[in-house]
Amino acid sequence: MKILKIFLIIFLSIGFSQLKSDEKKDELNNKILKNIRCLICQGQSVYDSESDFASSIKIIVDKKINDGMSEDQVYKFLRDKYGDWIIYDPELNKNTYILWLLPLLLFLAGGAIVLKNLVYKN
Amino acid sequence: MKTKFNLIILFIFLIFCFIIFYKGLNNPNIYIPKTNIEKNLPTFKAKDFSTNINIDSKKVFAEESYYIVNIWASWCIPCRKEHSLLMELSKNQSIILIGLNYRDNLNNAKKFINELGNPYTKILIDNDGLLGVEFGAYGVPETFLINKNKKIIKKFVGPINKKIVEEIELIIK
Repeated sequence: MKILKIFLIIFLSIGFSQLKSDEKKDELNNKILKNIRCLICQGQSVYDSESDFASSIKIIVDKKINDGMSEDQVYKFLRDKYGDWIIYDPELNKNTYILWLLPLLLFLAGGAIVLKNLVYKN
Repeated sequence: MKTKFNLIILFIFLIFCFIIFYKGLNNPNIYIPKTNIEKNLPTFKAKDFSTNINIDSKKVFAEESYYIVNIWASWCIPCRKEHSLLMELSKNQSIILIGLNYRDNLNNAKKFINELGNPYTKILIDNDGLLGVEFGAYGVPETFLINKNKKIIKKFVGPINKKIVEEIELIIK
């Protein structure tokens, strides 16, 4: 009876850890899909879309994760196929540096104007 | 006088808006980033349309020739429109046409080919669209031109037309 209990505990704990790893995989899968643009839809991510394109991407992302690819590797794979546009969060490179730096420059310029006015008023 | 002037300005502004929106309606709504970089031909395994046997992409693209990969489906209306042009292209000896049957019912696809003719040297089955993703395709129809060094040098999204056929023929000359 005692042995049976031990076996039951081991069996359940293995079962739960399997469930947890599946859950983690699903979480990663959804995170990636939410960050991929559906290229044939209007303002939808692959996660939200039911189009043929989105369903193919869903299958391939799932396959790549099961093959052991990391999140960045999946993005790189898709970027190689479709360019930077497919990722909602583009990486900083020579094509995107204006996109990343312009808001920062505008913020600094705005801050400088506000600061100048404050100093002038005082 | 002033109200008349304002009305004229408003009228011109409305016409301007109308022209902008009207032009916008005719523009394609798929954004395709311009890429001048040649891409390597992907390697994959796929089922042959006629034999249903798995074949390696290296065997499909074994010849030292220009290739055209055309993604099509029997349910795709623009594919019917471009089919006659593909038939015309298939007569050119210096190019090999490969078809990629995208997310289709096999019987319907066979009917489509029997009805309109087969321009392809080989047709591969792409049931879940994964081969399309390997090529960087958005959907159907889409056409890729591959040079003798096995690089994808051109990508045409949507049905091909006379102008595109002329462009392809000029490249492979």
